[in-house]
This record gives sequence, C-alpha cells and structure tokens, in this order.
Amino acid sequence: MTAITPPAPPSRLLAAAHAVHRNRAVAIGAVLLLAVVLLSLFAASVASADPGQIRPRLRLRAPDWAYPFGTDALGRDIFARVLHGGQVSLLVGLLSAAAATLVGTLVGLVAGSSRLLDAIVMRAVDGLMAIPSLLLAIAIVALVGPNLFSIVAAIAISEVPRVVRLVRGVVLTVREEPYVRAAEGLGIPTPLVLLRHILPSCIAPLVVQTTHMFAASILIEAALGFLGVGFPPELPTWGNVLAEGRAVFQRAPWTIVFPGLFLGLSVLAVNILGDGLRDRLDPRLARTAKAA
Amino acid sequence: MGYLILKRIAAAVPVMLVVATIVFILLRLSPGDPAMVLAGDMASPQEVAQIRARLGLDRPLPVQYATWLGDMARGDFGVSILSKRPVLELILARLEPTFVLAFCAIVLTVLLAVPLGATAAWYHNSWIDRAVMAASVLGFSIPAFVIGYLLILGLSMSLDIFPSQGYVSPFADPLGAARHLALPSLTLSVVFMALIARVTRSSVLDVLGEDFVRTARAKGNVERRVLWRHALPNAAIPIITVIGVGIALLISGVVVTESVFNIPGVGLLTIDAILARDYPIVQGLILFFALVFVAVNLLIDIVYVLVDPRIRY
Amino acid sequence: MMISRRDAASLLLAGLTAVAVMAAPVAGSAAEPKTLKVSPHASLRVLDPITTNAYITRNHGYLVYDTLFSLDAAFNPQPQMVQSWKVSDDKLTYDFTLRDGLAFHDGTPVTAEDCVASLQRWAKRDLIGRRLVGAMKEMTAVDARTIRIALKEPFGQMLQALSKPSSFVPFIMPKRIADTPPDQNITEIVGSGPFKFVAGEFQPGVKVVYERNAAYVPRSEVPNGTAGGKVAKVDRIEWISFPDMQASVNALKKGEIDLIENMTADIKPTLEGAPGVVVQKRSGLSAATIRFNWSQPPFNDVRVRRAVQLAVSQRDFMDAVIGDADAYQICPGMFICGTPLESRAGVVGTVEADIAKAKAMLAQSSYKGEKVVIITPNIVSFGGLAPLTQQVMRQIGINAEIQTMEWSTFLSRRTLEKPAAEGGWNVANAVFTSLDLYSPLANLNFDARGPGSYTGFVNDPKTEELKTQFARESDPAKQKAIADEMQTRAYDQVFYIPLGVYNSFAAYRSNIRNFIDSAIPVFWAIEKN
Repeated sequence: MTAITPPAPPSRLLAAAHAVHRNRAVAIGAVLLLAVVLLSLFAASVASADPGQIRPRLRLRAPDWAYPFGTDALGRDIFARVLHGGQVSLLVGLLSAAAATLVGTLVGLVAGSSRLLDAIVMRAVDGLMAIPSLLLAIAIVALVGPNLFSIVAAIAISEVPRVVRLVRGVVLTVREEPYVRAAEGLGIPTPLVLLRHILPSCIAPLVVQTTHMFAASILIEAALGFLGVGFPPELPTWGNVLAEGRAVFQRAPWTIVFPGLFLGLSVLAVNILGDGLRDRLDPRLARTAKAA
Repeated sequence: MGYLILKRIAAAVPVMLVVATIVFILLRLSPGDPAMVLAGDMASPQEVAQIRARLGLDRPLPVQYATWLGDMARGDFGVSILSKRPVLELILARLEPTFVLAFCAIVLTVLLAVPLGATAAWYHNSWIDRAVMAASVLGFSIPAFVIGYLLILGLSMSLDIFPSQGYVSPFADPLGAARHLALPSLTLSVVFMALIARVTRSSVLDVLGEDFVRTARAKGNVERRVLWRHALPNAAIPIITVIGVGIALLISGVVVTESVFNIPGVGLLTIDAILARDYPIVQGLILFFALVFVAVNLLIDIVYVLVDPRIRY
Repeated sequence: MMISRRDAASLLLAGLTAVAVMAAPVAGSAAEPKTLKVSPHASLRVLDPITTNAYITRNHGYLVYDTLFSLDAAFNPQPQMVQSWKVSDDKLTYDFTLRDGLAFHDGTPVTAEDCVASLQRWAKRDLIGRRLVGAMKEMTAVDARTIRIALKEPFGQMLQALSKPSSFVPFIMPKRIADTPPDQNITEIVGSGPFKFVAGEFQPGVKVVYERNAAYVPRSEVPNGTAGGKVAKVDRIEWISFPDMQASVNALKKGEIDLIENMTADIKPTLEGAPGVVVQKRSGLSAATIRFNWSQPPFNDVRVRRAVQLAVSQRDFMDAVIGDADAYQICPGMFICGTPLESRAGVVGTVEADIAKAKAMLAQSSYKGEKVVIITPNIVSFGGLAPLTQQVMRQIGINAEIQTMEWSTFLSRRTLEKPAAEGGWNVANAVFTSLDLYSPLANLNFDARGPGSYTGFVNDPKTEELKTQFARESDPAKQKAIADEMQTRAYDQVFYIPLGVYNSFAAYRSNIRNFIDSAIPVFWAIEKN
C-alpha cells in the first residue's frame, strides 16, 4: 500500500490542470442544467405533443421514435409530460430554494445580532430540524391544500433551518473579525454592520447552499407527487408522472424508468453545479465538505 | 459527568416543546374548522362538538395550547378518526417493521459507507476518491423510489432473487426476513450512504493532516494501522454526529421505501393516514418521529460525554 | 483491563450464535388451520354494512351475516334463511318462516324479531327498502320463527327487495345491534353467517381475519351466485391490504397470497404465463358513467347535456380506461347487458361520437363558454374517466376543468346542489356494478325525485310514476315494456351517459378450487389444497 504523499509544489502546468479540473464540475453541471431548463421551457416546440392529449388506442406503448419515452396508461406522450412537468418541478424547486434562502438569511442575521434572539431562534430551528422535511411538507400540504403556494411554502419551511444555521454561524464568526469590531466601535448601527460587512461573507456559502437546496426541493416535490400528496394529479409534474407509472410499472417499466432517470439527471446536474461552485467559491468549504 | 448528562437531557426538552408547538400551529393553519378536520368527513355534528369541547377549541388560544401540552405530556396523542383507536397504540403496533428496516439500513451504511469514505480519503484525488465522490453525488440525486423500482426491476422481476414486496419479521423467520429486507434496506440506505461516505472522507482527510498521525507514522506504524487504528477513531466524532442528524433523512426515506415495498410500518401508516385524512395519526406521527430524532441525538451526545475525554463544557 | 481483539471477536461470535439459535423457529407444529389469503380490492375500514354502501364492507358482510333471500346467478331470488313462505290471495300479506338451526356467533338463536329489526334498519337507508316500507302497513314477528309483512298495496318486488345483492344488503343482525340508529356505526360484529369476524386480529388498513363458523347450518342446494348452500371449506380467511395492485400480483406469483379478488385488465399481462396461477374473468360487470348536476347551469339545460351525449364514444372511453378489448363491452343499455331487462330502446349518441352534431347542438343551447368543473376522486377505479371526459367536452367547446380530491370528500361534495364556485360541482363520474343497475327500482340513475335525490338530482316526475307502475306490475312482459319506456325517457332527457361496461378478473393459485363466479366475491365453497 502506498503512502499518501503531500501534493508536489504546484508547477504552472499542474496549476492550470487543477484550475480546469475545478471549474469542470461547474461547467458540466451548468451545461446539463441549462439543457434541462431549456428543454422544459420550450417543451411545447420540442415535444410537439400536448402532454394531456389522451390517445385511447395508443396506451402503454414502449418507447419508439414517435414517443421517445413511450406512452402511459392513457396513451399520453410521456416525453411531453416529463418536459412540461419540468416546468412546474423546476419552478417549485427554484422558488422554494429562493424563499428559504431569503427568509433564512434574514432570520440568521437577526439571530447572530443578539444573544437573546440567538437563543430563541436556535431553539426554534432545532425543533424544526427535528421534524423530517418530507413529513413536514406532507403535513403542511395536507392541511392547507395542494397548490403552488402551499407546496413551495411547505418545502421552503423545511429548508429554512439549514440556512439559518449557516448564516448565523458566519455572523458569529465574522463578528469577531477586527474590521467588524472596528465598525461597531465607530458607532455604526448594527443593521448596517450586518448588511455591509457581514452579509458579503455569507454570499459564497449561501450560493452553494441554495444550489443544493434547489436539488433537494425538486426531490421533495417529486416525493410528494409520487406518494400522491402533492400537486393535483391532472397537473403534469415529475412527481405525478412517476406516480402514474406505479400502477403499471411491471407491465410498462418505461413509465417510471425514463422519467425517473430524467429527474435524477436534472438533480444530478444541480448537485454537480453546487459542488463545483463550492470548490470554486470557497476552497475551505471544499475540504470540510459539509453535506447539504 | 452526571451533571453534563442532565444538561444534555434538559436541552432536549425545549426542542420537543418547539415541535409540539409547531404541530399545534399546523392544525390551526388549515382553512377549515380544526374540529371538523380532526373529526373527519363522516362525523356527525355531535361528534364534532365533542371533539371541539375535548380539545377546548372554543377556548382562548393560550388555554388550548396549555391543554395540548398537557395531553402530549400524558401521552395522549388523540384518537384516530377512522379506527377510533388511540393514536399512540396504532403507532406502537406498526413500529417493528420500521425499526428493523432502519436498523438494517444503518448497519449497511456504516459497514459500507465508512470504509468507502475512509478509503477515498486515503487515496485522495485518485480514481477511487473520484469514484466514491461521483457515486455519492448520484446517491443524492436519484430519488429513493426510482432506485427502489430499478432494484425491483433488476433483482426481483428479471432475476427473481429477492421478493418485490412485503415484510417478514426476523423474530419469526430470519432467513425470509433477510430476503425481504435486502432490497428495501438497500434502497433506504443509498442516500444515507452518500452522506456518510462524504462526511467520513472529509473527516478522515482532516484528521490525516493532524500531528498525531505524523507521530504514528514516525513511530513506524504500518500504514493500514495508521488509518484504521489512529485516524479513523478520531474522525469518528463528526461521523457519528452526522449519523444522528441523518436520522431525519432516514425517516423521510422510510416513508417512501415502505410505500414502494409495501412494508406495514409507520412510514406506510403515514401515507395511509394522509390519504384518509386521518389527521390525529399524522400529528402523532410527526411528534413521534421528532421524538425519535431528538432521542437518538441525545443518546449520541451522552455517549460523547462518556467517551471523549476532550469534551468538557 | 482491556480485552484483546481476538477475545472480543470470539465473544461476539458466541453471542451471535446464541441469538441465532434462540431465534430459530420451533420445529414442527400441530396441523395448521387452512388459511385462505386474499387481496381485497380496498381496505376495510367501516364495519357496518348499513351506514356505508362501500363494496368492501358489503363483501365483509357476506362473510359474517346471512340474508333471508339471496340472488342467484340468473338474477332470481332464492330462499336462504327462509324455509318457506306464504302469500295471501290478495297479495297483501307475506309470511316467512325461518329454517332450523340458525344461530348467531354468540350462540343465541336467530328469531323473527331479530329479522324485523334488521330489515327496519336496512329499509331506512335503502331505496327499495324505503319503497317497501312505504307500501307496508306493518312488519311483525308472529312467533319466534315467522315474520309477517302486511302491505297497503301490492309490492311485486318483495322477494327482489329481500334478496337485494348489493349495497345496501338486508343482512340479519341480532336485535340489540340492529336497534342502533342507521347513521351510527355498529360496534359489535355478530352475525349468523358462515364465518366469524375475529376482532382481536383486525388491523385497519393492514389485515382482516375471519374464522369458520363451525355451528353454521348450510342449505343443501349447490351454490349459485350468492344463493345456495354456503359451505365453508377453509378454516380461516385473511384479507391482506396492498398499496397497489402490482404488489398484490407479485405476492400472488410468489405464493404469499392465494387469491386476488379483483384485478384490472391492465395488470393481467403481468400474470400471463406465470406458473401456478389461474386468471378468471368474472361475470360481474362494472359500468362507468358521466353524471351531470341538473340543479345548476349549464347542465340544467337538456341541450347542453345532449351535446355531450352526442360527443361520447364508448369505445374511446373503454379503450382509454380499460385498454383490453377482451375485457369490455359496448353496452348502451341502462339496465346493463346480460340482465333480464337489457335493452337498446331509445339509445341516442353514446356509442359513436358525432362531433359536428354535438357542436351544433351546443351552439343551439344556452351555453356561453362559462367554466365547468368536473370533480373526481383520486382512486384507481376512476382512473382516466375525468381526463377523457374533460377532453371530450373541450373538443366540442365546453370549457371544462378537473378538480381531484379525496374519495370521501368527493362523495360528500357530489351530494351538494350548489354551483361549483361555492363548493359544488357540474360533472362527476360514477362507477356502478351490474348489481346496482339491473333493477329499475334500485338503479340509482333512475332516482328522479329532483332536489335531494341521488347525486345529479335528476328531476323527472314521469319516471317516478313509471317506477311505481313497475313496482305494482307482476307480468314480466309488461315489466319489460315499462323498463324500455324508462330507458327511452332517460336517453331523451340525458339522465346520465353510460360509458360502457367491463369485466374484472380474479387471479388465484392453481391449488385453489371452486371460487364461485358471482358478481360479489364470496368465500364459501372455495377450497385450498
């Protein structure tokens, strides 16, 4: 067994190779994600099929040129449904991640600014984190009713704690920095200090976190739809498309396999993007690799 | 030391309080009348009135809250709408399959992911490292139910090695149980493994740079001993912490996995309860799962106090 | 003192071995009871067959309870608990005498009083029961074994009423239980049927267990439909719930269960060629329908309803929802097909779609493009009905939208006569079985009492009149004529739109014999080798 050798002092060539390697993840992730987003946005022209069009005599067709992902139990084009579904699922993912980031940052900043608030907020966050995110989302959607707002809110709420923790952690660390102390000493009001001096340090880890939350949100929406507790079944979302495949899976595996892999690929793209961003924006984070 | 343990337990109480409060708020989020929500669609007006009185839903909010907390403390989680039995009783009756499944997933994860992560850290930046990282990202990305169905397709339908659904208790039939648990525990553990492999890797990486490792090497220890005897145990603490935090992931996964494989545990109970709009059960399950999460993490904290000589708060 | 690693390993090994030995199943047990494991089509939750008309509760009822008369496979009433009966010359008094040896599961004998109380409870909920009570002067227990029904006017459907096969079924319960108000669930499950309900092993949503009633005295006739001798040939029946049909199919293939009661045609191909499995086409038919809310615009206008009627093609619906041409029939008859009153009288549209004509009809109507709401439950048996209904409506220019909801919410919302915007509905699908539709008196689609009647609130006094005529009539030829007239009227006014009928399938292991082919799954006579 060979011993670990410490990395050789970087030659120019090696440094260049490392740079490309580091950026590669960002590039790959971004390109894949862009492909998925574009496909979904222009689903109408690409798939050239109405995702809701029922074709009674074309049920459960295996994939072929006309129907790349095959047809489902009502003869609908699965490829069209997946692409259109991407619109909803990606939107939900994005909105949830954005909402969680905004709210979480605010709360985290507030928490970091005073000891009392910190104690209260952190207890609340601990409590929220004790409830598994899928369960919380299921409960909220079940009680409030399934629509875009409630589902986005449900997913966002379950992800806020992580953002709060992150931001609060940064705030607590950065507050000790000399320049922040100096600003406080100069009498600059706390909110301004928070915004101008502390917030910028949060941005890098936040971007990474938000990206990973985007991925997690897509997965939660898919789980909700799959279990039958998400969007109403008539709306094509990734979760709903997968749920429809359940009943006929063994007879027509393509109803789950293709949408599932497409979903996995999209989430993979986001995760790779997130990892790449992390490597790029904050090498310190890369080593400690706190998973989202 | 006893004082530290007590402190830990005391810290867990406010967390449960917060959870109970969240559940309290949840029910009142519903646009409908909470009493009707808890009584169900088929309830007669008398039954709805009974529930309203019992929960004090016509009293001021603080009074309701106090009643609610009192009920929780006494273990009264309400009564199921459909079966009219106490929620706690229903949950306890379905516990075994879930615990067995989760246990198998945790064992599988620790046995596979920790060595994988450690190896990846050891061979940092080699193809092994990259392969483990790639697999871990994949594990995060493909949803559990897709993995489950792929496994069913491959190992149950095509190759007929494992049954595609169902649960057999290991206390009744160990061999049958093993066959039935293979695919579900694999499915459940994938996300968990991805997480643990990553954390192990980074934690070991950190530790490998530490002084005592260099000392161990200087002492002339064989490399393998350095890794397993010196590096890993010290890397263990963050890994164990993450296992505790990852319980939440496991619980979410259990709900989906039991649904795919038809395992009659509390995960499937959750889905049935939601679809049947049996909210008392849903409430009870949220509280129960949160309790499990807090309890596990509490246990881990206590183990630290006992085990790690460095921890002195 | 530290234990060496080797010692620790041996200790661990010893420990594990000990655990394994202790956990090993005890070898050899006494002769096992014969257990039939069944996958039912739904989970049993409500145990009272009078408060709910759910089929699963009805099926449960057939195991645990008995009835005075039963319907055979040819739709003829046959005596079951009744030994003999007398009808007075003026046809206004019926005396029914019970068989010997009938007893409830708690040991008490079945008396006429129990029957009277049970019938009264049933009649408060059931359409035919209500008619019977309306035509009745009184129902009494003449002695411990004789029930007398004294009528005000002739009721030709007496035996049909007492043998009503499907929800609600006039099951006989002990008087103390039957005295429970009909909107309150009974709490004790005691009947006189061939099986006993094992309350201690009941896990709602997971498992229901029944045990053979050794004290049951079956009739001597051969089983026929739900009639004939109910001889239990298995000791124990377990109904095991599965989250979806595929899971139950897999369990059947592996021999983990013995029988799947009700399978859609879609799943059949996964069982084709599976060793040790038999697939049986069941003779009971199901019928899918479209129902309109007559109390609200736009469907209070018959022309709008006619437009939809002209746009429906049963073949499209059946192909989309059932898929397998072998498993469905085009059947515009409102009293179903394969029944005594099957008819093609008065059929309009429905079978073949004529989109142009439909659009023209819509143009002439009062429809102005307003939004129309189709409500649908999220259960498998309603599958693609709503989406296709929506597609058909949109095709002719009706702006239709779907709202999906919980089954129980769907059922309660369907009873509301309000506009959709206030929590009501415009269009809903309904699925019936042949047993619900073959009789003009029981057929809910012909409940034409207007407000307060069966969902849809069809308002047609003429039809109600025809039903009363039918009830009084005992000549089969005249009955058929009345039924034809009823159907013609129903088509003309578009009471509802039939979408075709389809079979279901049962699948079981090859060591199972004698699963009675009846529209209702019953578990006497079935054998497991």
